[in-house]
Amino acid sequence: MKFDLKTQTVREVNQALHDLPKDKQAEVEINGISGDHNLAVGMDHPVKITLNGHAGYYCAGMNKEAEIIVNGNAGQGVAENMMSGKVHVKGNASQSAAATAHGGLLVVDGDAAARCGISMKGVNIVVKGSVGHMSAFMGQSGCLVVCGDAGEALGDSLYEAHLYVKGKVESLGADCIQKEMRSEHLEELSALLKEAGCDDNPEDFTRYGSGRQLYNFKVDNTSAY
Amino acid sequence: MTMEKPGLIESATFSRDVIHEIQRAADTGIYDIRGFGAKRKVPHFDDLLFLGASMSRYPLEGYREKCGTDVTLGTRFAKKPIKLDTVVTIAGMSFGALSANAKEALGRGANIAGTSTTTGDGGMTPEERQNSKTLVYQYLPSRYGMNPDDLRKADAIEVVLGQGAKPGGGGMLLGQKITDRVAQMRTLPKGIDQRSACRHPDWTGPDDLAIKIQELREITDWQVPIYIKVGATRTYYDVKLAVKAGADVIVVDGMQGGTAATQDVFIEHVGIPTMAAIPQAVRALQEMGMHRKVQLIVSGGIRSGADVAKCMALGADAVAIGTAALVALGCNHPKWDEEYQKIGSAAGFYDDYHEGKCPAGISTQDQDLASRLDPVDAGRRLANYLNVLTLEAQTLARACGKSHLHNLEPEDLVALNVEAAAMAGVPLAGTNWIPGKEF
Repeated sequence: MKFDLKTQTVREVNQALHDLPKDKQAEVEINGISGDHNLAVGMDHPVKITLNGHAGYYCAGMNKEAEIIVNGNAGQGVAENMMSGKVHVKGNASQSAAATAHGGLLVVDGDAAARCGISMKGVNIVVKGSVGHMSAFMGQSGCLVVCGDAGEALGDSLYEAHLYVKGKVESLGADCIQKEMRSEHLEELSALLKEAGCDDNPEDFTRYGSGRQLYNFKVDNTSAY
Repeated sequence: MTMEKPGLIESATFSRDVIHEIQRAADTGIYDIRGFGAKRKVPHFDDLLFLGASMSRYPLEGYREKCGTDVTLGTRFAKKPIKLDTVVTIAGMSFGALSANAKEALGRGANIAGTSTTTGDGGMTPEERQNSKTLVYQYLPSRYGMNPDDLRKADAIEVVLGQGAKPGGGGMLLGQKITDRVAQMRTLPKGIDQRSACRHPDWTGPDDLAIKIQELREITDWQVPIYIKVGATRTYYDVKLAVKAGADVIVVDGMQGGTAATQDVFIEHVGIPTMAAIPQAVRALQEMGMHRKVQLIVSGGIRSGADVAKCMALGADAVAIGTAALVALGCNHPKWDEEYQKIGSAAGFYDDYHEGKCPAGISTQDQDLASRLDPVDAGRRLANYLNVLTLEAQTLARACGKSHLHNLEPEDLVALNVEAAAMAGVPLAGTNWIPGKEF
């Protein structure tokens, strides 16, 4: 099944995607994309969708089950609040990638901008390049893997998300600390790298996580807020 | 002020309340956190009066002549606007802040009265969906419990940008209320403080919001209305931007709005009174040619049918109640006075919702306490209250000669004092004077 956004509207394409039979594993190709927003949002099907071009904001937002490939860059909030499935951006991703996502896997072949994985709630994110500042801010659970570098205030106010960074970290945010890489973490990281198609060595990564000092408000911690 | 004992003069600046707060702050090192809404006296609807009909206007007969109370919300873009029997709706209040029984009771009461209820931070519980015929799903900055399946089950979506009790502020649900279920719904460990963000994580301004709203519409196939809720501050500008961003319905929550828990200093010192916000919102809508096309819901300290009717007269399409709904369920009821006293409060004064010790079983996750609230009985009480609000508003509208609550107009009102006249944009009683040309 093919769509062309030069002749069809985003509304028409999304409606057609939503109307697909839920039990059918279709393959869909969308062409003629020129930064259109809200492409393939709210998917609830095990369908493979290939977007040929640069996507605008919220591409693949709230995805469930679908495998969505962006052959280009993705704008702000790609895969926001994803529940399951996979989103693969072959280019770069803008800010707030996979914001508040509960599950599934986001792979970014290039770089991701600021706040990658902000308030992540169970999603796994693999960025083959670097991520911008405040990534994983208030991250609750899931994993953020960065094969390049991380910007300022990584993991600020982190809860229980696992962060793995291969390159340098500009700075750690409040209550985010370096942690020991134990065997279960190497195992977790290896599986994610493999699933994302990366051949990086897991032992080259450093793990970061919550210091758990800000879990309950204490007046003596006010300088950290 | 002179105290009971001759010769003892209480300072107006350092009153006993102020002294107590300084002492409390010195003891604890933390600001006061509490629930409920603003307690200070600010210009309110009580400062407005209706001009009942005499000669120049013709009243309608009570109990005989029809006075409509229905409202349709979301007529701008949604394929399925919400139709309610009364203009009084229930504001968003979260499972987590409230017990499951309280949420169920809100749904039951709203159903009986033919109105809607609203989720809150923490997401949509199956019980809530099951017990609420018309349910508005809040899309909040924290996105706790945000689920596209629930989004598709909603009758409307409310994008929350702010709350009257704390415009610009986030929230904190203290660890003592985080049970296994609340923790599971919010994807956070049990017993830790849960911070609700003050801003959405994936957009940063009105242009982004327009795209975000379009995303929500795309996900729901343009079926349901999209509300935008703002705390009343720069209301004129916020309403204009919300319309531009594509809202079907705008909710303006005044500073008397309630909360589950936030800093007292926020509750009492941020935002503008509900009465002052309505004319600003209406003016913004009128200037854009969108009054009555984008519906306006007003909330924040609505208590009586008079408040409801005055909101309608100032140009609102509907109102939402929060704190008053909890009081109708049984919050601060005298029958629990002894228990309120045990936890350092008293019936009529209890506001420590965040501690999870609510004797009435409403703002708690303690199963023993929560079981005290019978959702059927409490739902009935709420329905009674909603019916009274509607009947009272109808009575006032008829007296002004109006066959529908929406036919009330600013011309039906006068103000008792200069402040209210200026804020509401109606004449001072007995004069034609409306202070100021701008409001």
